[in-house]
Amino acid sequence: MAAVHGDAHGHGHDDHHPSGIMRWVTTTNHKDIGTMYLWFSFAMFLVGGTLAMGIRAELYQPGIQILQPELFNQFTTLHGLIMVFGAIMPAFVGFANWQVPMMIGAPDMAFARMNNWSFWLLPVAATLLVSSFFVPGGAAAGGWTFYPPLSTQGGLGVDLMIFSVHILGASSIMGSINIITTILNMRAPGMTMMKMPMFVWTWLITAYLLVLVMPVLAGVVTMLLTDRHFGTSFFNAAGGGDPVMFQHIFWFFGHPEVYIMILPSFGIVSEVIPTFSRKPLFGYSSMVYATASIAILSCVVWAHHMFTAGMPTVGQLFFMYATMLIAVPTGVKVFNWTATMWRGSMTFETPMLFAIGFIFLFVIGGFSGVICAIVPIDIQVQDTYYVIAHFHYVLVSGSLFALFAGAYYWIPKWTGRMYNETLGKWHFWLSMFFFNMTFFVQHFLGLAGMPRRIPDYNLQFADFNMISSLGAFGFGLTQLLFLYIMINCIRSGEKAPQMPWDGATTLEWTHLPTPAPYHSFEKPPIVK
Amino acid sequence: MRSKSAVTLAGVSALALYSSMAVGSKYNLPEPQSIIAQEIYDMHIWLMWICLAIFIGVFGVMFYSILKHRKSLGYKAANFHHSTTVEIIWTVIPCLILVVMALPATKTVIAMKDTSSPDMTIKATGYQWMWGYDYLQGEGEGISFYSKLSTPRAQVENKEPKGENYLLEVDNRVVVPVGKKVRIILTANDVIHAWWVPALGIKQDAIPGFIRDTWFTADTPGIYRGQCAELCGKDHGYMPIVVEVMEAGEYTQWVAAQSGASAVKTSMRSDK
Repeated sequence: MAAVHGDAHGHGHDDHHPSGIMRWVTTTNHKDIGTMYLWFSFAMFLVGGTLAMGIRAELYQPGIQILQPELFNQFTTLHGLIMVFGAIMPAFVGFANWQVPMMIGAPDMAFARMNNWSFWLLPVAATLLVSSFFVPGGAAAGGWTFYPPLSTQGGLGVDLMIFSVHILGASSIMGSINIITTILNMRAPGMTMMKMPMFVWTWLITAYLLVLVMPVLAGVVTMLLTDRHFGTSFFNAAGGGDPVMFQHIFWFFGHPEVYIMILPSFGIVSEVIPTFSRKPLFGYSSMVYATASIAILSCVVWAHHMFTAGMPTVGQLFFMYATMLIAVPTGVKVFNWTATMWRGSMTFETPMLFAIGFIFLFVIGGFSGVICAIVPIDIQVQDTYYVIAHFHYVLVSGSLFALFAGAYYWIPKWTGRMYNETLGKWHFWLSMFFFNMTFFVQHFLGLAGMPRRIPDYNLQFADFNMISSLGAFGFGLTQLLFLYIMINCIRSGEKAPQMPWDGATTLEWTHLPTPAPYHSFEKPPIVK
Repeated sequence: MRSKSAVTLAGVSALALYSSMAVGSKYNLPEPQSIIAQEIYDMHIWLMWICLAIFIGVFGVMFYSILKHRKSLGYKAANFHHSTTVEIIWTVIPCLILVVMALPATKTVIAMKDTSSPDMTIKATGYQWMWGYDYLQGEGEGISFYSKLSTPRAQVENKEPKGENYLLEVDNRVVVPVGKKVRIILTANDVIHAWWVPALGIKQDAIPGFIRDTWFTADTPGIYRGQCAELCGKDHGYMPIVVEVMEAGEYTQWVAAQSGASAVKTSMRSDK
């Protein structure tokens, strides 16, 4: 191992790159690009979070106080779009950029220049999206799912959103082709597919899903654009079109998209749990098969978002059964994580806390998912706060908690410095508390009959909404603590030991110094 | 023996307490007023129990492990990493649980979709932002009216105290007789809306240019409130649905009263 380190240091003098802003504009280095992805997604997370604070402030009490209904709808729409496309997805691509090459023993991503481009498209798209608040008519207000004919009615803001989605889609497709090519062609000698770390596996499958469905999204927004401006009638019944066709095409993208945002989280958690249990991942191959099954099933369940749109009985039954089936591979994953922890020698540093928090809350989100899959119950809870609670349990305490786990886990490798463990634990426990305060009560709101996307509500919903809003403000503030912890770590954290986590077994820990040098694995390691 | 019956008693009373708390409380679905709503309600409770059992099982094991298998307690890590038998078992058992869940759901889905041979048919049309109703067939045929939010604007703007039915009250209610199968045909005039009355267990999107249908049979007379459930623009939160279920005799009187009034309304509409 000493020889490997010496080799890596020997290349230290090759770190010649422009300094200042040009380093970041022209970089083709996977670590620089990964860093930019992560900062970009965090900035977007704060923007989307601010919108969420606005939504919750309006819903704090019945009556209209802060946001007029039009603006409220713009807030909910942009909150969804920014969090999905601006925060969660780029954050995972950032992790892929940093980690995939180091975990498979590759020097960089396969298409280094395209990598630069796929990142730099994002700020452009984000600018279009955010600036749409300031055009006449305001931002898109038809929900993040922008169903026509409502989205056909909107103004310039909808067009900006369409272009933004196009650009984000192009970026995602390039990013995922890059990841697939890197994983398939650049693994170190000896690293067969079934020896790849779980994080790499989950990203490989995610990238295939992205390549499959992003063009579908691009297609459907283009159809919307031509309906709006060029006289086509894809979604206009008066011209022979069908508004429900939009929903079918959108959700053919939208449901795999849900798994695009959760599969890499499974990967991160599958790295963190074994490390802090000091025990190999239980059922590695069944984990791989489960991930692949989830990905395949995710492509045939889209219409469960549309049970109230009306479809034949057979259709409803098919989509109900297929959706329920996803619980099986997902259950296998949860059982495997539990078995990994079983009879391990566990410690509970911040990454492990977030990983356990992920499993705990994701399972609750999974249960409410099964409830929503049951057609008759879904008829009641569709488009209510129950659904809001369900998907925030899988996206916030799912994807976001896994991202936090990953950030705390790998930050010593990235920066060579340790984060403040006490503050990290505070971040976890405060997030855990406020998250549940915000979203658990929303299950009750939905069951009792509060529809989603309304700025005002009957008095019977008042107390739960107030609790939820207070929780949301707490959760929002807690995330500023995360920002502080990260900046504090980068600027003045204690120097990280070579091996901060004694249970880690993947290449970036065993074969690279801490922090990882700017160019790593110029000579591939040999994996036995 | 005594301890066993004590446990049973505790279980039964806990269940009774839970059920009484759940019915009509703000923690659960509204009290069901039709057979379909009842089936949905019972199915939801039943699934919650299954989920709770699985939850306790899985996290019981995980938290036992978290408490006992710690490095700080000096626990040494084992090194097992797979067991085909165990993995097959925990794939098959969830499949069986899903079958148990799917069977009653399938029955209800088939019942929900059966809109054949109704006693009366009402067409509901979604507008931005109100509902229009046309009684197409059965007693009351020909009645037609719009139904708009009747909550005063001042309450929304916090200038007046909010009433009990704030945002859930309309000028003209949909009136139906008790115990009759009512088929609702849905469409919309502009964008997609959704017609939702939780107590009756129905929600159906109203899609412009297309017809969808659904049905209910109300068990007891009363007033049941719901809201538009598909984002339809600015005033999506302000287009409630109120269904008033009457005894047959009362309903006949209502129809008689309407036939005079609706002639006026129809002529008003043709004036536009």
